[in-house]
Amino acid sequence: MIKIHGLTKRLKDFNIEDIDLDIKEKEYFVILGPTGTGKTVLLELIAGLVCPDRGNIFFNGEELTELPPEERNIGMVYQDYMLFPHLNVKENITFGLKVRGVKREERERALKKIVRLFRIEHLLTRDVKNLSGGEQQRVALARALITAPRILLLDEPLSALDPGTKEQLQENLKELHERLETTTIHITHDFNEALALADRIAIMHNGKIVQTGKPEGIFKQPNSSFVAEFVGVKNIFRGRVLVEGEDKYVELNNGLKIAVITDREGWVNLIVRPEDIFISYEPFLSSARNCFSGEVVNIRNRLSMVELTVDIGVELIVYITGHSLKEMGITRGKRVFVTFKASAVHVF
Amino acid sequence: MIKRAWFQFIFSLLAVLMLIFIAAPIIRLVTGSSPEVIISTVKEKEVYSSILLTFKASLVATLISLLLGIPLAYLLARVDFPGKVLIEGVIDLPVIIPHTAVGIALLMVFGRRFWAGRIFSYLGVDFIGEFNGIVLAMMFVSLPFLVNEVKEGFRGIDIKLERVARSLGASPAQAFFRVALPLNKEHILSGSLMMWARGLSEFGAVVIMAYHPMTAPVLIFERFTSFGLKYSSPVAAIMVLTSLLVFIALRLFNGKEKGIKDD
Repeated sequence: MIKIHGLTKRLKDFNIEDIDLDIKEKEYFVILGPTGTGKTVLLELIAGLVCPDRGNIFFNGEELTELPPEERNIGMVYQDYMLFPHLNVKENITFGLKVRGVKREERERALKKIVRLFRIEHLLTRDVKNLSGGEQQRVALARALITAPRILLLDEPLSALDPGTKEQLQENLKELHERLETTTIHITHDFNEALALADRIAIMHNGKIVQTGKPEGIFKQPNSSFVAEFVGVKNIFRGRVLVEGEDKYVELNNGLKIAVITDREGWVNLIVRPEDIFISYEPFLSSARNCFSGEVVNIRNRLSMVELTVDIGVELIVYITGHSLKEMGITRGKRVFVTFKASAVHVF
Repeated sequence: MIKRAWFQFIFSLLAVLMLIFIAAPIIRLVTGSSPEVIISTVKEKEVYSSILLTFKASLVATLISLLLGIPLAYLLARVDFPGKVLIEGVIDLPVIIPHTAVGIALLMVFGRRFWAGRIFSYLGVDFIGEFNGIVLAMMFVSLPFLVNEVKEGFRGIDIKLERVARSLGASPAQAFFRVALPLNKEHILSGSLMMWARGLSEFGAVVIMAYHPMTAPVLIFERFTSFGLKYSSPVAAIMVLTSLLVFIALRLFNGKEKGIKDD
């Protein structure tokens, strides 16, 4: 539906480089990246508010690159909502219809519909300066959606809010998308937000898209240590691939050898997910090829589980349930065995 | 603590001296003539018509500058181009050139010896010794007050507001007239007020372009050189009082409107 090809823009503080994206109809697409990587500019390029140096944007095969923003019909909601301070809520929402010369009766009809959808009937005559963060967001969304845009661009729509409101509005966004099915591009620096909303995620780093995929895919199989760290993956190690007969290992700097399944050679990164690791007091005889002995150096309570740090020469994070912890009587300083399958090791 | 008290004391003292320096001559001028003299002076046709002329000329100058100055201010606030700093410097030039020199420079462009002046003259617009000339002189020396204030105003408006307007379907002109311009209303108003007030007081450039018809500052000068202090000070007092009254009234009106809006 939206195809972006080789989009490049050089700016003073950062660059957008060679962005390729392919966003499908009705998709909720999240662009995830640290603050200051040019995510807002990417949206402004898509909306036509900033001109690219190079590259093209297509919408259903029609090229948009040279089209001025007012002819693109792409809705944009900025982080701080940018409600027009000299207009009241109703005038803000109907702005897009007014500048398009839509007749009064038609405007009123569209207003009624959108206002009902966002449950903001009671706000219509209010001054936008006196709205709460959540109300402002609803008005900004209503203003953008009343013109039925073909794409909705959301620039960090949840980051200006306190945690409670944020969760609520995140739910609202999800519901809204399920209802209207407007193709949405949402940018954020918060992985959990992306996880909760996205059909697909693109990770942006230094003005480039470094990985695109489904949220679980990115979380389970990050393709670089940047992505892995950014999405909060634990147990990332670096080592060299060793081949011994039919078996392959990655040898870490301290000599620890971890059995893996990979076609890669030389220096690689590997990830062992904390929930894929077993804990036992005796060596665990099984088909799992990795089994190491180590000392429990830290125990931390998380929300739904317990996070153990086991020193096996490197510090390995392991998740177990509180129930297991109690039953096994694990305490700090105890020696345990950790076991995981070679196929559970993600090498990249 | 003691040190801080000294600091406050010395600064307050200096500040008060500065204020006395501004206030004393004005108070002395305004109270220097008896009310009877002031009233009889106001009734002189030459005096009241010159004051009216001054206010009117400055108003016209301000209106023309609004038409030409708002686009300039907007471009300077929104567009980056090479040589922008130079242009911003040019706008400030009228403040530093001696105003008599301004008058002569205007004479050289709008007088009939130069093609620009001849074109206007052909169109029936003359400047030398005319109301139009007074307007030009006032406009030249006071437009920086308007342009700079309006420019700062536009700069203070988040460009994203205009971008949102564009994304909602507004053309560049619609984004300007429906978003940028109304949001800059206060700066435009206060810039106009400053420019108008500055125009009223202009003497140097005006006197060279048009000695007649006589604006109030020229009339004060003429009465001073021909008849002395006694005859010029009532006119000066009247001009100062009128300006003050109008100025305060407009400020109050402006403030009131702002107050209502903030509620």
